Amino acid sequence: MTALLEVSGACVSFDGFRAINNLTFTIGPQELRAIIGPNGAGKSTFMDIVTGKTRPDSGSVMFGEKSTSLLKLSEAQIARIGVGRKFQRPTVFEDQTVTENLTLALKAARCPWRVLIWRKARADVARIADLAAQVGLADHLARKAGELSHGQKQWLEIAMLLAQEPRLLLVDEPAAGMTPAEREHTTALLVDIAKTRAVVVVEHDMEFVRRLNCKVTVLHEGAVLAEGSLDHVTKNQQVIDVYLGRGE
Amino acid sequence: MLFAKSKPSLIVVIATLLVFSLVVTVLSEGYGTGVLSTSFIKTLGKTLCLCLAALAMDLVWGYAGILSLGHMAFFALGGYMIGMWLMYARTAEIVTTALAGGGLPATPAEIQDGITSQIFGVVGTSELPFIWGFAHSFPLQMLLVVLVPGLLALCFGWLAFRARVTGVYLSILTQAMTLALALYLFQNDSGLRGNNGLSGLQNLPGLSSTSQDSLSIWFFWASAAALGLAYLLISWVVSGKFGSVIRAIRDDEARVRFLGYSVEGYKLFVFILTAVICALAGALYYPQAGIINPAELAPTASIYLAVWVAIGGRGRLYGAIIGAAFVSLLSSWFTGGRAPSIPLVFGTLNWVDWWQVLLGLSFVLVTLFAPKGIGGLFDSLAGLHSPNRRGAPLGPNDGSLQEKEALK
Ligand SMILES: Nc1ncnc2c1ncn2[C@@H]1O[C@H](COP(=O)(O)OP(=O)(O)O)[C@@H](O)[C@H]1O
Ligand SMILES: [Mg+2]
Repeated sequence: MTALLEVSGACVSFDGFRAINNLTFTIGPQELRAIIGPNGAGKSTFMDIVTGKTRPDSGSVMFGEKSTSLLKLSEAQIARIGVGRKFQRPTVFEDQTVTENLTLALKAARCPWRVLIWRKARADVARIADLAAQVGLADHLARKAGELSHGQKQWLEIAMLLAQEPRLLLVDEPAAGMTPAEREHTTALLVDIAKTRAVVVVEHDMEFVRRLNCKVTVLHEGAVLAEGSLDHVTKNQQVIDVYLGRGE
Repeated sequence: MLFAKSKPSLIVVIATLLVFSLVVTVLSEGYGTGVLSTSFIKTLGKTLCLCLAALAMDLVWGYAGILSLGHMAFFALGGYMIGMWLMYARTAEIVTTALAGGGLPATPAEIQDGITSQIFGVVGTSELPFIWGFAHSFPLQMLLVVLVPGLLALCFGWLAFRARVTGVYLSILTQAMTLALALYLFQNDSGLRGNNGLSGLQNLPGLSSTSQDSLSIWFFWASAAALGLAYLLISWVVSGKFGSVIRAIRDDEARVRFLGYSVEGYKLFVFILTAVICALAGALYYPQAGIINPAELAPTASIYLAVWVAIGGRGRLYGAIIGAAFVSLLSSWFTGGRAPSIPLVFGTLNWVDWWQVLLGLSFVLVTLFAPKGIGGLFDSLAGLHSPNRRGAPLGPNDGSLQEKEALK
C-alpha cells in the first residue's frame, strides 16, 4: 500500500522556538489515525503545514500517487487536490444559512467565472439534504449557521468537509463542546468516513480515541514520540512520563 | 423570471426608477412643462451616476468586504477618457469651420495644428500628446473608458491582493493610489491639461443645434438606464453562489481558502468589475457636469463614496442607491447656498461651511447607532429582523445565543 500523505523531516520554528522538530508522518489512502499529545506539542501546527497555512523551514510533504509536493501549492490549491480541514474552533459562515454553507463546500468548479454561472441542479439539492441528514441538521437547512448550537456548528463543519469530498481529512479536536451522545455519534461518523478516505483526528479525550479504535501517533515537542495501537502507546514509558503521567 | 421573483426589491427599484424618470421628463424644460430647470435635470442625472458608483462601492465593500477608498479615481478616469473624445471632436468641428471661413478648404495638417493649439495652448504644448492618439474616434475612446480603469484596477489589485494586504492597510493603499494619480494629473505635462482639466464637455460633437434642454434629458435617461442595468447585473452577481463566496470572504477569508477558492482571484474579479462600473458612471457624469479636473480625484471624493454607502446601509444594494441620492442631493442643497443661514448668538451658522461637519457627525451617529443605515429602516418596516450579534458567545450549553441576546 503506497502512502497518500508523506511528511518527512519537517521542521518549523517560530522566532527560534522549534514547534515542529524533524517530524515524519505517513498515512495510507484509507486509514484512520489519531494524533494525541500534550498542549503545545505541535498538533495544530502539523495540520497547518499539510494545508499550506505554514511553510516548513525544511523537509518535504508529498501527496497522492504522483507524489505532488504540497510545499509549492497555495492553500486553495491544496484544498482542491483533496485535502480538507476542520479547525479547532468551529468556523462556519455564521451569516449564511446551512444550505449556503454546504453549497459553498460542495465539490464543483472553484474559479470565479464558473461559480458565477453555477446554478443548483437537482442532484446538488439532494446531496445537500443527504449531508445534512447525515449530521442531524436536516431540519435546520434554512437557518443561519450563527443560530446553531456549538455542537451543531461542529457538525455543520464536518458536513462541509464531506461535501468537499477530500481524499484526506484533517480533523482538529472535533469533540470539543459536544455532549457525550454527540461525541459517540461523531466517532461513528469518523470511523465510517475513514472507510473510503484517509482521516487524521487530533483529540485530547482518551475515551474518544479509544472508540476510534485505530493506530495512534503520539506527538511531543514537535516530534513523534510513539506510534501504534492505543494500548501499545499507553504502555510506553516515555509516553507515560510526558503525557499520561501528568494526569490527563 | 425566477430570479426576479426571488428578489422583490428588484422590481420595486426598477419600477421606482422608471416612474421617477417619466415624471422628471414630463416636468422638464426640454420635453415637458418646464417646472424643473435644465440645470436641476443635470443635477438629477449626475446624482443617478453617483448612485451607480455607490452601487459598485456596495459590491466591493458591502459584499466583498474590501474597503476601497479609491474608487472615485476610476470614476474620474472614465470621465477623462470620454472627455478626451468630447473635447477633441468638438474642437475639430470649431477649427474646421473657422478655417473654412478663409475660402479654401483646410488641409488635415492645418486642422491638426489648430486643434492642438486650441486644446493645449493653455499648458504651452505645441504637440498633441500621444495619449490623445485615439481621441478622434468615439468607439476607440469608449474602449479606453473601460480598459484604462480596468487595467489600473488589475495591476493595483493584483499587487495588493497577492501580497495579502487587507483591512486598513488596503484602504490606505487605495487612498495613496488616487492621491498619486491626482498629483500626476495636476502636472501640465501629464498630457491632460494639468489643473485646467477638460472643459466644454456638455457640448456633444455633431449636435451643436440640439439644445441643452434636450441633451440633459437624454443623459438623464442614459444614466437611469445604466443604473437600472447595473442594478440587475449586480443583483444577479450577488444572488447565487458567487455572492455567497464573496460574503464568505468578507467574513472569514482564511476559511474560504481552505474550501479551495482562490480568494485573491475573487477579490480581483470584484475589484475590476466595480472599477469598470465606476468608470462607466464617470463617463456618463462628466458630460453632464461639463468639466473635469484633477481635483475630482481628491482622496476625499472616494471617502464620500464610502460614507454614502455606510449611511444608505452596506450589504444591501438599494441602500447604496438611497444613501448616495439622499446625501449627495442634500449636500448640493446645503453647499449651493440655498439653505438659509441660521443666526446664532456667537455668529451665523453658514451651511456651506458647516454642512461637512453635519455630514461627518451623521456618519459617526449612523455607524454607532444604526449600522444598517437607512436601508435597515426599510428592513424593519418590512418586518425583517435579525438579532444584534455583538458580545461574546456563551459557550456550548447556551448554544447560539450571544451575551446580549441572552440577557433580554
Ligand atoms: N503562529 C505562531 N507563532 C508563534 N508560535 C506559535 C504559532 N503557532 C503555534 N505556535 C507555538 O507552537 C507550539 C505548538 O502549537 P500547536 O501546534 O498549536 O500545539 P497543539 O499541539 O496544542 O495544537 C506552541 O508552543 C505554540 O505556542
Ligand atoms: Mg491545537
